[in-house]
Amino acid sequence: MHTFDYHRPATLKDAVALLKKTENARPLAGGQSLTPALKMRLAQTPALVDLGALEELRTIKLEAAVLTIGAGVRHSEVAESKDVKIGLPVLAKLAAHIGDRQVRNMGTLGGSLANNDPAADYPAAVLALSATIHTNRRSIPADKFFTGLYETALKPGEIITSVEFPLPKRAAYVKFKQPASRFALVGVFVSEGGGQVRVAVTGAANSVFRLKDMEKKLGEKFAPEAIAKVKVSADKLNSDLHAAADYRAHLISVLAQRAVGEALGGK
Amino acid sequence: MTVSVSLTVNGKAVTADIDPRTLLAQLLRENLHLTGTHIGCDTGQCGACTVHLNGRAVKACNLLAVQAHGANVTTIEGICGAHGELHPMQAAFREHHGLQCGFCTPGMVMNAIELAQKHPNANEATVRAELDGNLCRCTGYHNIVKAVLAGAADMSKSVNNSVKG
Ligand SMILES: Cc1cc2nc3c(=O)[nH]c(=O)nc-3n(C[C@H](O)[C@H](O)[C@H](O)COP(=O)(O)OP(=O)(O)OC[C@H]3O[C@@H](n4cnc5c(N)ncnc54)[C@H](O)[C@@H]3O)c2cc1C
Ligand code: FES
Ligand code: FES
Repeated sequence: MHTFDYHRPATLKDAVALLKKTENARPLAGGQSLTPALKMRLAQTPALVDLGALEELRTIKLEAAVLTIGAGVRHSEVAESKDVKIGLPVLAKLAAHIGDRQVRNMGTLGGSLANNDPAADYPAAVLALSATIHTNRRSIPADKFFTGLYETALKPGEIITSVEFPLPKRAAYVKFKQPASRFALVGVFVSEGGGQVRVAVTGAANSVFRLKDMEKKLGEKFAPEAIAKVKVSADKLNSDLHAAADYRAHLISVLAQRAVGEALGGK
Repeated sequence: MTVSVSLTVNGKAVTADIDPRTLLAQLLRENLHLTGTHIGCDTGQCGACTVHLNGRAVKACNLLAVQAHGANVTTIEGICGAHGELHPMQAAFREHHGLQCGFCTPGMVMNAIELAQKHPNANEATVRAELDGNLCRCTGYHNIVKAVLAGAADMSKSVNNSVKG
């Protein structure tokens, strides 16, 4: 690691001020992505602003039509939360399958979204559920948040405070794990609610994306067979030592059909 | 920059002035000489460095020591009984031959203790799935799984199964 200064503010206000004070200072949440990057010198920063003491980022609130989760809530807390299990069980299940126990005990929702790893799980949920990302400055709709490989709409010094998920009529997430890393080789999140169907894919391209052809077909008929013949192009998909682009395209089709089946209550 | 970090390790208050880059695994091993916490991969993959932070299993090589400020940390050295008797999970690893070289064992035991607390009636499939953050290059896992099942059963039987931290 290159050297850095370390701050542990007690309030969001102080955290924002500290990030402003030093150019290129970075927030630290669970550190499950940032610390390895610092260790390998893939990342460096003059100052780390640890969000770990900010209780205001750690709440979960379930209301009639929305579930709001603080950016600092850990994956294991989402997986175990009664409110999440009642209001948005698909998200509790998704969180329970991120990485391994030790990673889930540290990693946070806000950290995962800000990181926007191309194979991360939460971005698929946020995009498919049309969630809103709240920051210390503004509210960003999911469709505008994920902008590219490890890139988001966040500006320097901007802190995610919470994420607001509208509760869907039905939804499911199916992930095909890359067995060594446990990230998604491909993951497909399908949701129906608020008069629209959304299909989000992670793990397959440089960032999470929506499959509008499938959304249209599912809008006409929400059933696995409705999308069985939708062709998924391999053009912009990743090829690496784990899977070729055409294999990923095929997986997207298979997993999307499974997700629709699961959302309908089948298995 | 030097920062002061205060935490409780195996029930004892500890304060140290450290470079903020110090990993929790480093603080435990190099400052406190608690070398039961092993470093296998140093990249967050293998779980050999697993300790408990406020009762939850975490990888000490993937945590800055400053992140444990104010917290309760329990290492493999801190789980035995008052008179040095093995924790039921340790005893089960011995009984079921859940180790060969023993390098992965402290991390396995620390993860298995939280696993058993979260899933007191875990079956084999659950144990295999829930141990996915810990790698072993020797045993082929079968005896580890047997040990965890037996240790979990003993922990839920034992009246004195409260783990510090
Ligand atoms: C072995 C292993 C396996 C994993 N498997 C998976 C997996 O299967 N699926 C998956 O999705 N992820 C996986 N991860 C990643 C994990 O989920 C991380 O926890 C997550 O990506 C980052 O969250 P964090 O809280 O640890 O953030 P950090 O590592 O602390 O930060 C990540 C980035 O986000 C920024 N940041 C943090 N919080 C905020 C905030 N509130 N506002 C603005 N910026 C912020 C930081 O500055 C940094 O750039 C894995 C990680 C490991 C080590
Ligand atoms: S040494 Fe920490 S996970 Fe391998
Ligand atoms: S016993 Fe040797 S690594 Fe597990």
